[in-house]
Amino acid sequence: MVRRCLAMVACVASAAGFVAGGGDSAAAQTGRVGEVLVYGDVVHTMAGGKLSTIKNGVVWVEDGVVRAVGPADSTAMPRRAMTTLRAAVVVPGLIDGRSTAGLTGIFNNQREDQDAIERSSPIQPELRAIDAYHALDPLVGFLRDKGVTTLHTGHAMGEVVSGQTMLVKTAGTNVSEALVRDGVALAATLSPAAIKGGGKSPGTRGKLVAMLRAELIAGREYAEKWSSHEADDAEGTGDDEGDGGNAPARDLRKEAVARVLRGEMPLLVTANRVQDIDSALRLQEEFGFELWLDSGAESYLMLDELRAREIEVFVHPTMARPWSEMENMSWTTAGVLADAGIDVVMQSSYEAYVPKVRVVLFEAAIAAVNGLGVERAMSAMTYDAARVLGIDDRVGSIEVGKDGDLALYDGDPLEYTTRCVGTVIEGIVVSDGE
Amino acid sequence: MPGLVDTHSHLGGVGAADGSSPIQPGVRVMDSINVRSSGFRRALAGGLTTLNIMPGSGHLSSGRTVYAKLRFFPESAGRVAGPRTIRDVFILDDNGRPMGGLKMANGTNSIREEPRNGFPGTRGKSAALVRGKFIEAQEYAAAVARHEAKVEAGEESTAPKRDLDLETLAAVMRGEIVVHHHTHRADDIMTVLRLADEFGFRVVLHHVSEAWKVADEIAAYEGVNGPDGEPWGAPCSMILVDSPGGKLEAVGLIYETGGVLEKAGARVAMHTDDWITDSRLFSRMAALAVRAGMSRAGAIRSLTIEGARMLDLGGRVGSIEAGKDADLSIWSGDPLSVYSVVEETWVEGVRVFDRSNEADLTYAQGGYGAGRDVEPYFCCYDHLVQQSSGAATGGAQ
Repeated sequence: MVRRCLAMVACVASAAGFVAGGGDSAAAQTGRVGEVLVYGDVVHTMAGGKLSTIKNGVVWVEDGVVRAVGPADSTAMPRRAMTTLRAAVVVPGLIDGRSTAGLTGIFNNQREDQDAIERSSPIQPELRAIDAYHALDPLVGFLRDKGVTTLHTGHAMGEVVSGQTMLVKTAGTNVSEALVRDGVALAATLSPAAIKGGGKSPGTRGKLVAMLRAELIAGREYAEKWSSHEADDAEGTGDDEGDGGNAPARDLRKEAVARVLRGEMPLLVTANRVQDIDSALRLQEEFGFELWLDSGAESYLMLDELRAREIEVFVHPTMARPWSEMENMSWTTAGVLADAGIDVVMQSSYEAYVPKVRVVLFEAAIAAVNGLGVERAMSAMTYDAARVLGIDDRVGSIEVGKDGDLALYDGDPLEYTTRCVGTVIEGIVVSDGE
Repeated sequence: MPGLVDTHSHLGGVGAADGSSPIQPGVRVMDSINVRSSGFRRALAGGLTTLNIMPGSGHLSSGRTVYAKLRFFPESAGRVAGPRTIRDVFILDDNGRPMGGLKMANGTNSIREEPRNGFPGTRGKSAALVRGKFIEAQEYAAAVARHEAKVEAGEESTAPKRDLDLETLAAVMRGEIVVHHHTHRADDIMTVLRLADEFGFRVVLHHVSEAWKVADEIAAYEGVNGPDGEPWGAPCSMILVDSPGGKLEAVGLIYETGGVLEKAGARVAMHTDDWITDSRLFSRMAALAVRAGMSRAGAIRSLTIEGARMLDLGGRVGSIEAGKDADLSIWSGDPLSVYSVVEETWVEGVRVFDRSNEADLTYAQGGYGAGRDVEPYFCCYDHLVQQSSGAATGGAQ
């Protein structure tokens, strides 16, 4: 039966039960919070994006941070009672590169748990994922039970600019406990998903891009106004005191766009058709922001352009449905992009119906056997994902000094019939698996 | 292994009942299918050879289903490359008629928040409408019988006016047509069994997200006898999607359902519900059931012979035995492993999918030109389509 640990406290309690089955109950129950010892028949550290496999390995996490990793017989461990887990395969906690989990809830036809997309206006950069995230939603627990420990989540694709994304751990009772970083990217959509009927704008692709350009121009003017004000302040000119008394009025919408234009936050553009991907590239050339390409069903037709601009691609779920703008999608896209030297990140994306949330592990598995290969597929949801998202100092590989986030499996994590048997976040056992 | 049998598919751009009334058993899905849809080519890439093509679940009854063989024979087989029309995929019964079942549904899909055109607004009303229609069909069948008896006796008689809906339900109650019943929640499953008992029809329970809560009741249900003279029971055609939810009635979906039903002694098949799950990954569903406790043998049977039996095709497909149709799926390895692929698919002795063929490989993996050529069937999910606004979504689970 699927067990869901909805609160950290409850999870720690269930962890004790889980370990007790292994005969280490005394150790399990006397362990310090944030300390855990994990043995794996195989430990894939994913350091440097490589499997870096250690046979009969061990990972020691203390105060939530990896203190040691290596072969069990030659790695010095402290001699004190602590929570101890064992599994066939141990890998870094998985990272879902682009999700809406926690904003979209498990129900879909129940209004109160659907906050992934705001339809009141097509451009709303001021919306922040942290103001909508429900850490206790069953979908978050469902992912945690599969070994997913970090989510890059936020407002869904589907409006020209839908909001700002964030990074969270799949633990905690509220967003403050879960948060890794806020304001990670600004989500934009260059696809028919953002086009409206009934005479509303944007009603066409051309209008969509025109609206986004206008928004970027307005954001640039706003940024210039502020930097000129700040320069005045610094020089003591402009206004008499340099105290910001004549500061431009704050505009939350333009503020978010300005952050993109200052290079503080990438623009995460969902585009699938060649013409839409190309539009994203033209906008990037015009405004000079950092571009993350989301979905990219036809990105395999744009390899040279993407490689030349060093665009990272958050490839659509491999098992996405091949219709409409996705009709030319391929299970081989992630592999083809990686072969071309383009960074790929695996993701779960957004589902309006069923499955209510996709599992990045499952999507990576299908990509792995369709050209991406096991090592690169694993890295696309661990090391590479962390590197692209800018959190590789904390997560994505099992290395000394990084967060003690681990996923434990009873076999090859990519195999259909393998089960997750434990999830650890910052040294705390947060799930006993599936 | 045998070609896979999918007991519940929506491929081909199906459209049967419309929005004019909630119970339309006289409408046939066979009158709507585009057999040249690329979806069927993807199905072959998944090793599927026999499908039950169904209309959606937005009605208490959305019409007759059709059992289809994917006879995508190449020209080189000495025949015209096919199928060209729906006739080319029919499976004919002993009387030369195309075989199929009847689609019914309960739970929330067939309920309307603002009922009109006679649609129900609650579960109680749904069951009452179905009972009323079956009773009408009983009276219709009795009138037909009276008329036939009179004719037989040489008496003068006027035949009752033909009614396609009632005619179909009468055939259902005679056991000629199997009801394929969409049902998720445990209480909805029990409602189906109550109705099957009252009107004596053979039923296959489809989806059964919460069957794990009533597995013993399902396994113990006998119902009317099947064609072999044994109790037909309450066979389950289940689906697994990667995560629960999407709607309230599917929140209770768990991977363990297959194993729980198997242990309880129920018959278990699986289905793609294609556009809900991808036919190319049908075997993956069985593997996920194994992941959560189903036996490997049971999982393989659920993809093949169990489904065949639920379509009254157990004597023709679903296993490799002398005298049966030569429908095969040839795998590179364990069909329950992510590392295996379907190398070839054969229907009635003809190779219909060959992974070494470039076009077939494109259908298997996707790529430019491999996509849809018909819209998925949304029927009653307008609100969801608007919500998703083109985001990847499906139609008819």
